[in-house]
Amino acid sequence: MAGQEQELGMPVRANRPGWQAVASLAGFAAAAGLVVGLAWDSARERIADNEARRVLVELSAVLPAALYDNEPHRDMIRLALPDDEPRQIWRARRAGKPVAAVLTSLAPDGYSGQIRLLVAVTIDGRILGVRVTSHSETPGIGDVIEADKSAWIGSFDGRSLGEPEESRWRLRKDGGDIDAITGATISSRAVVAATRRAMQYFRRHREDIFAIPAGSPAATSGD
Amino acid sequence: MTVPASTGSHREIFLSGIWSNSPGMAQLLGLCPLLAVSRTLVAGLALGIATLLVVCATNALVSLTRHWIDARVRLPALVLIIAAFVTSVDLLFKAWWFELYGEIGLFIPLIVTNCVILSRAEAFASRNPLLPSLLDGLGHGLGFLLVLAALGTVRELLGNGLLVASLPPGGFFALAGLIALRNFIQHKRTADP
Ligand SMILES: Cc1cc2nc3c(=O)[nH]c(=O)nc-3n(C[C@H](O)[C@H](O)[C@H](O)COP(=O)(O)O)c2cc1C
Repeated sequence: MAGQEQELGMPVRANRPGWQAVASLAGFAAAAGLVVGLAWDSARERIADNEARRVLVELSAVLPAALYDNEPHRDMIRLALPDDEPRQIWRARRAGKPVAAVLTSLAPDGYSGQIRLLVAVTIDGRILGVRVTSHSETPGIGDVIEADKSAWIGSFDGRSLGEPEESRWRLRKDGGDIDAITGATISSRAVVAATRRAMQYFRRHREDIFAIPAGSPAATSGD
Repeated sequence: MTVPASTGSHREIFLSGIWSNSPGMAQLLGLCPLLAVSRTLVAGLALGIATLLVVCATNALVSLTRHWIDARVRLPALVLIIAAFVTSVDLLFKAWWFELYGEIGLFIPLIVTNCVILSRAEAFASRNPLLPSLLDGLGHGLGFLLVLAALGTVRELLGNGLLVASLPPGGFFALAGLIALRNFIQHKRTADP
C-alpha cells in the first residue's frame, strides 16, 4: 500500500526538456488561481456584508440614540435601480417616520482599487457620518481615510449638498471646497466623489428608499 | 526532516501526527502561531481548524497531482498550492467566522509559513496515494490543533489569576510544560513496555 511508491515518487528526470518544468509550474499556478477564485466567489458577498455590519454598529454609535426607535440594522434593503449603483440601505425611523438612512457607496478609483464606504444621512440630507468599510490603500499614506487613523473622514459631518454648493463638492485643488489629506490626494478624491454620489442618490430616491418594505422582492430584485 | 511514515498502517500514519511526530511537541514546528494565538481556547481552536483545513487540502491535492509535479519545480509548485489554500481559508473565515476573524485574522495568512504544511506535502503527500496522504494531513493537523487547544485552555485558566500566563512568556512556559509531559510519558512507555 502506502510504501510502494516511495522509490517511484519524484524520479529525477534530468534529461527532460526545460519547458516541461515551466509547463508544470504554469499548471499549478492556474490551479492555485482557480482555487482562490472559487473561494472568493463564494465568500465575496458575505465578507462585504460582514464588513458593512461591523461598521454599521460603529455608525449606529454616531447616530444620536434619540433620533430613532427602530433597529436600523434589521431595516435593510438592497436597491439596484437601472443606471444607478446598486446599494445596501439601512433605514432609521422614529414612530414609523423616516429620520435617517445609511447607504453603501463604492469608490472604484482609489489609489489601489476599490474603497467601500458607508454614508449616514438624515432625512433632510445632512451627513451624520462617513466611514470606510474596506480599502487597499497604502498603509501609512492612503489609509488615513480610516476613522482610526485620522480625523479627516469626520470633516464630512454636518455637510449637505448645499454645504458646500454641489458644484464645489470636490477637493480644493479640483476647484472645490473640501481639503484633501496631504500626500493622499488620490484616496481623498475617491472618497469625496463616492460620498457626493451617495448624497445625490439619496436626494433622487429618498421617497422610494423609505417606501420599500425590508426584504421585499422589489427591494432585492436587482441583486 | 521526518522520514515519511509511508510503510505504516493507516492507523499508524494517522496517529504519528498526533503523538510520536506531533508538530508542536515533537518536531517543534510552527511555533510562531502556536505561541501567538494560544491565548484562549477559542482562538487556539480556530487557528487549529484553519491549519487542519490547509494541511488536508494541500496533502490531497499534492497527492493527486504528484505525478505531474516536475521535480525541478516541486518546491515552488508546493508553495503555490499552499498559498492558494491559505488564501481561500482566510476568505472563508472572513465570510463565515467574522467575529473570530477579528481575533486571529492576522495569523491566518501566516499559516503559509507554517513549515508543518510544507513538510507534510514534501515528505509525505508527494510520494503517497490519496488516502494515506489525507490521513497524514488529518493526523498532523489534529496534532497541531490539540496542542493549540491545550495551550489555550491552560493559558486561559491560568491567565485569570496569573497575568504572565497570557503574555508571550506564558506561552513558552506552557509549551515547555506540555513538551516535558509528553517526553515523560514517552520515556515511561519505552522503559516498561
Ligand atoms: C508607494 C506609493 C504609494 C502611494 N500610495 C498612495 C495612496 O494610498 N493614496 C494616495 O492618495 N496617494 C498615494 N501615493 C501618492 C500619489 O502618487 C500622489 O503623489 C499623492 O496622491 C499626492 O498627490 P499630490 O502631490 O497631488 O498631493 C503613493 C505614492 C507612492 C510612491
